[in-house]
Amino acid sequence: MRRRTGLALALCAVLAGCGKPDFSDAEKKTIASLALSALPPLPADTTNRYADVPAAEAFGSTLFFDLSMSRDGTVACSTCHKIDRQFQDDLPQGFGVARGTRRTMPLAGVAYNSFFFWDGRRDSLWAQALVPLENPLEQAGNRAAYAHYIQSRFGERYERIFGPLPDLSTVPSDASPLGTAAEKAAWAGMTDVQRDGVNRVFANVGKVLAAFERSIMPAETRFDRFAKALAEGVSPQGDSVFSDQEMLGLKLFIGKANCVTCHDGPRFTDGSFHNNGTPPVPDLPSDRGRIAVLAELDADPFNCLGAFRDGGEEACGELKFMRRTGAELIRAYKTPSLRGVAGRPPYMHAGQFKTLEAVVAHYAEAAPSVEGVNETHPLTLSDRERAALVAFLKTLGE
Amino acid sequence: MASLWRYLLAVIGLAAALAGIVAAVYLHGAGQGPDLSLSKPTANGLFVASLRPQSGAVQQGLLQSWQLTLVARDGTPVENAAIDIAGGMPQHDHGLPTSPQVTGYLGQGHYRIDGVKFTMSGLWQLRLTISAAQGSDTVVFNIVP
Ligand code: HEC
Ligand code: HEC
Repeated sequence: MRRRTGLALALCAVLAGCGKPDFSDAEKKTIASLALSALPPLPADTTNRYADVPAAEAFGSTLFFDLSMSRDGTVACSTCHKIDRQFQDDLPQGFGVARGTRRTMPLAGVAYNSFFFWDGRRDSLWAQALVPLENPLEQAGNRAAYAHYIQSRFGERYERIFGPLPDLSTVPSDASPLGTAAEKAAWAGMTDVQRDGVNRVFANVGKVLAAFERSIMPAETRFDRFAKALAEGVSPQGDSVFSDQEMLGLKLFIGKANCVTCHDGPRFTDGSFHNNGTPPVPDLPSDRGRIAVLAELDADPFNCLGAFRDGGEEACGELKFMRRTGAELIRAYKTPSLRGVAGRPPYMHAGQFKTLEAVVAHYAEAAPSVEGVNETHPLTLSDRERAALVAFLKTLGE
Repeated sequence: MASLWRYLLAVIGLAAALAGIVAAVYLHGAGQGPDLSLSKPTANGLFVASLRPQSGAVQQGLLQSWQLTLVARDGTPVENAAIDIAGGMPQHDHGLPTSPQVTGYLGQGHYRIDGVKFTMSGLWQLRLTISAAQGSDTVVFNIVP
């Protein structure tokens, strides 16, 4: 009896795995390219000399969770990027001192990006960190106040990493080129030396926050264990066994449904900007995505070509050669990583979809974009195939 | 009886002819694919353009430098050419994710191109428009990272 079962199983394996979808060599190659084991070591960030300095990382971690790093002492990075929630907040739009306009982005593997935010309006992790600190809807502070706070609360810790603080004794308590009218006036009244001193402390705050964020990495998932077994040619064990439905979903993801053209590599993102037809949210201000932020990025004093970069200009290729024109940039947003995606609805840049089922239905329909051109094309997917895609996406988070 | 034989022969003949056509179409199709050559004459034959990634291999998702070598029909290096670079993914109707540019002339018809990046797997095209003393011409390279 036992021998007969064995024979049947062997026959079954020969006949393409008992009706389970079998993978071609090309598919196996694609699956291997998506596995976490294909993630290269984090490249050095030469624009931030402190990126891998342990004291900077520890200081950054303190500041990331510090509520005093805000106008009212009520908001920290961690208010929205919650450590036990994949560093996001489960809301359609982030909420700091007020409701924002975009969804909080999860941070696993964030340091691998070339551009930051949904529209990529900053070109380094450290320059990114400066934006929420002064955003009136988020932390709502101003750089002069942050410099004073760092001096009074963390002076010694700062100086051990960066050397002497600038003289802040005559710097106004509140001043910033981006703040309220009064803060702008105070900024305009400062000397160049004062402004440079404050900007340097501010940039260094970004650099320690970035050092901390570099340690936030994606974790191994069921999919990775399945991919590992497939690559080694052994049968998956325990929770790495995929159901028929998950196999079908994976096959669709890398095949007929074309998801892998944009969601590729071990982070499931090409790091680029695409219009996938996501509709706008009616009560939010107009949002044109990538096309609207290129001038801001070029003008940002903290960008790679600015005065606050460490290291040489050869690190600035992404900024120098970024695309600045083209209709494709209209309502184009950064392809998000799909790792952990099932555990953090809602979806898209302003939380437009509540469920993965709704996301898949959106891709199947591929309705025209309100502005610009939806790059995706309609898909004919049966109910069974839609459910399979969702089942596969869930394997990226367990 | 004879007519049945003739009928059978006709059917067999027809089947053979059909099989032949199918085979021909199949073989032809299999041999086609995009021309992935990185060295080719430009559209009107004014130049021969050769392209290669500086690191030797095309790498997906990384900003890479490339080298372009331009020679005229008679094999002499083309100096001081103005080169415009465009392209994209023909199957996805979108352009390049970056704006590659010629960043230096290296002598002997060699030009350095910076800022080339192929973010997705699949067929990409780089379209060069070349203007030099000989005139203007274009060339399209197919690249699969
Ligand atoms: C009020 C909520 C909120 C606070 C506070 C906040 N963020 Fe964010 N974060 C967001 C939102 C929303 C986005 C996306 C915004 C956009 O695209 O315009 C984002 C985006 C990011 C990104 C970009 C991720 C990527 O993949 O491009 C990083 C990094 C980040 N935040 C880090 C920080 C740091 C560091 C702080 C503290 C200095 C911080 N955030 C404070 C809500 C917040
Ligand atoms: C043309 C590129 C492209 C293709 C193809 C594509 N995506 Fe996306 N995907 C994106 C972009 C860009 C976004 C973010 C859009 C936005 O926020 O407006 C996104 C967002 C998502 C999200 C939401 C993630 C989050 O954190 O909010 C999911 C889930 C998703 N895609 C799954 C898929 C699936 C499944 C397929 C195949 C059916 C697919 N994608 C095909 C580019 C693409």
